[in-house]
Amino acid sequence: MSPKTLYDKIWDAHLVHEAEDGTALIYIDRHLVHEVTSPQAFEGLRMTGRTVRAPQRTIAVPDHNVPTTPDRVQGIENPESRIQVEALDKNAADFGIHYYPVSDIRQGIVHIVGPEQGWTLPGMTVVCGDSHTATHGAFGALAHGIGTSEVEHVLATQTLIQRKGKNMKVEITGKLAPGVTAKDITLSVIGHTGTAGGTGYVIEYCGEAIRSLSMEGRMTVCNMAIEGGARAGLIAPDETTYRYCMGRPHAPKGTQWEAALAWWKTLHSDEDAHWDKVVTLRGEDIAPVVTWGTSPEDVLPITAKVPSPADFSGGKVDAAKRSLDYMGLTAGTPLTEVEIDTVFIGSCTNGRIEDLRAAAAILKGKKIKDGLRAMIVPGSGLVRAQAEEEGLADIFMEAGFEWRLAGCSMCLAMNPDQLSPGERCAATSNRNFEGRQGRGGRTHLMSPAMAAAAAITGRLTDVRDMM
Amino acid sequence: MEKFQKLSGIAAPMPMINIDTDMIIPKQFLKTIKRSGLGVNLFDEMRYDDDGNEIADFVLNKPAYREAEILVAGENFGCGSSREHAPWAIKDFGIRCVIAPSFADIFHNNCFKNGILPIVLPQEQVDILMTEAAKGANARIEIDLEAQTVTTSEGEVISFEVDAFKKHCLLEGLDDIGLTMEKATSIDTFESSAGTARPWV
Repeated sequence: MSPKTLYDKIWDAHLVHEAEDGTALIYIDRHLVHEVTSPQAFEGLRMTGRTVRAPQRTIAVPDHNVPTTPDRVQGIENPESRIQVEALDKNAADFGIHYYPVSDIRQGIVHIVGPEQGWTLPGMTVVCGDSHTATHGAFGALAHGIGTSEVEHVLATQTLIQRKGKNMKVEITGKLAPGVTAKDITLSVIGHTGTAGGTGYVIEYCGEAIRSLSMEGRMTVCNMAIEGGARAGLIAPDETTYRYCMGRPHAPKGTQWEAALAWWKTLHSDEDAHWDKVVTLRGEDIAPVVTWGTSPEDVLPITAKVPSPADFSGGKVDAAKRSLDYMGLTAGTPLTEVEIDTVFIGSCTNGRIEDLRAAAAILKGKKIKDGLRAMIVPGSGLVRAQAEEEGLADIFMEAGFEWRLAGCSMCLAMNPDQLSPGERCAATSNRNFEGRQGRGGRTHLMSPAMAAAAAITGRLTDVRDMM
Repeated sequence: MEKFQKLSGIAAPMPMINIDTDMIIPKQFLKTIKRSGLGVNLFDEMRYDDDGNEIADFVLNKPAYREAEILVAGENFGCGSSREHAPWAIKDFGIRCVIAPSFADIFHNNCFKNGILPIVLPQEQVDILMTEAAKGANARIEIDLEAQTVTTSEGEVISFEVDAFKKHCLLEGLDDIGLTMEKATSIDTFESSAGTARPWV
């Protein structure tokens, strides 16, 4: 048998049909659904008289539109947002799929809820109408975002029409220096490959620095695979993965667990597997980074200066010029002199308990800069409860942060949490696109520890100076 | 799905790289529960000022391009989110074909589900079409999906590659779900054997 990558193995295990031209039908083990990209798909089912083929494999939770302030128990004020969430309430009930409504403590960002509840397991195929579905790849699952037509296709057939992608290996060797986190890894990789470097590939992240990450850190890394152009990024499962999965509500138990474990242990790339592209970074070379522009590839170490358009070539010259203009930055300014107005800690990239612990470690006993707006939005109701139990919430509130309820919040500003024009934000989310956090809003992406440091000083800050 | 066979139309030039889905259709328009009506908000933040007035020098606001049916753009078009609202907005505006040196995967895939043809061409050929597009209403570009050609107003013929299955579906306006449901027996068989091999799933 020819050597295979992890991606090859999962693909082969889910192949329902393959045509001569390579067009394949892939079986989907888990379909995650949220309120924004699903209403048209359910409407399509109704119009054609189709049903959900495997409701037991379909899990829905509202997250994008949901307000994160305590008054949300009185209902969602924005009529359009309310209609979308109510549509999901109704669709979940009508089609009999698993559902975590806004009122459920388990509600949260779909990519945080799935792993937390044990829906996401190694070797599975996982899809969702959301590009950050790549997050679930951290378990050694093949997970990627799909459009609404495909959501409807999966609801109706539990399969997806696909063409196999190419294999890309991203190896992070050695150890990370203090102050450097999973977010710095994933941003540094995108800075290295560009936002289209992974287009057409499935990335497998490997190497000592990746192995040393917790599941939370691995999810942060895989979450941003799409920002590098790759639909999916994955990490082979190991003891860390098994430990995380064990005992979760929907993880297998008893003899089923043993059987699952036996299969999971085969889920790794073979020694001499073929890679279409290989990228290697040294863990020791990765610094705490921030983005300066309006593309996630605009990454620099915090010790650097704002670049000049002349530093680039091709279409990037104009793009950099436009970015600097939008961001209100002048070439040559040290990044640590860039003052911020707002700090946002949360999102499917960095809204898990470990992220909150990292922020709390920096904020303990400190106050945020006067006049700064700062919020922490846990990724799920359970993350929020755990943070309160560990005393993290008190640290945040004493420091001057708003302590919110779970949701996507300011990552994409479909809810009341938004930036105003010109407002500059240190954010732990995943996209710094123009207008992403609100029209005219300026986003600098970074790790939770870096965002916490920025909250204290009121400017972009090297977290290592606070350790 | 609406068929795509041939198209002769005006092409709008957008010589920017990394045009992302947030630019194509900003998040506030994702609150709809319908597929239609998004064309008026296509490229909303570049197209309108804070008061909702048209920004005169944005390409689709120029008289020559208000009826554009083709878009010529820089590399990595459609990067970012999986929102199908992006192709819905493009189609609703009246654009049926986007030409660029490269596309983000999910957006590229979403186009084919909505009767939009995304064409990938080398940068040099995109440059030719960008120049052509700059001529505005004076130049109509012709697309022939069956023949896989783009023809400029000067008569220059450029060939392009397209996935054979996706081409077939677009030419015939086929519904993916219907096609897959014809394979129901294969799906049943798979479910039964996977259920035995991996009962915990």
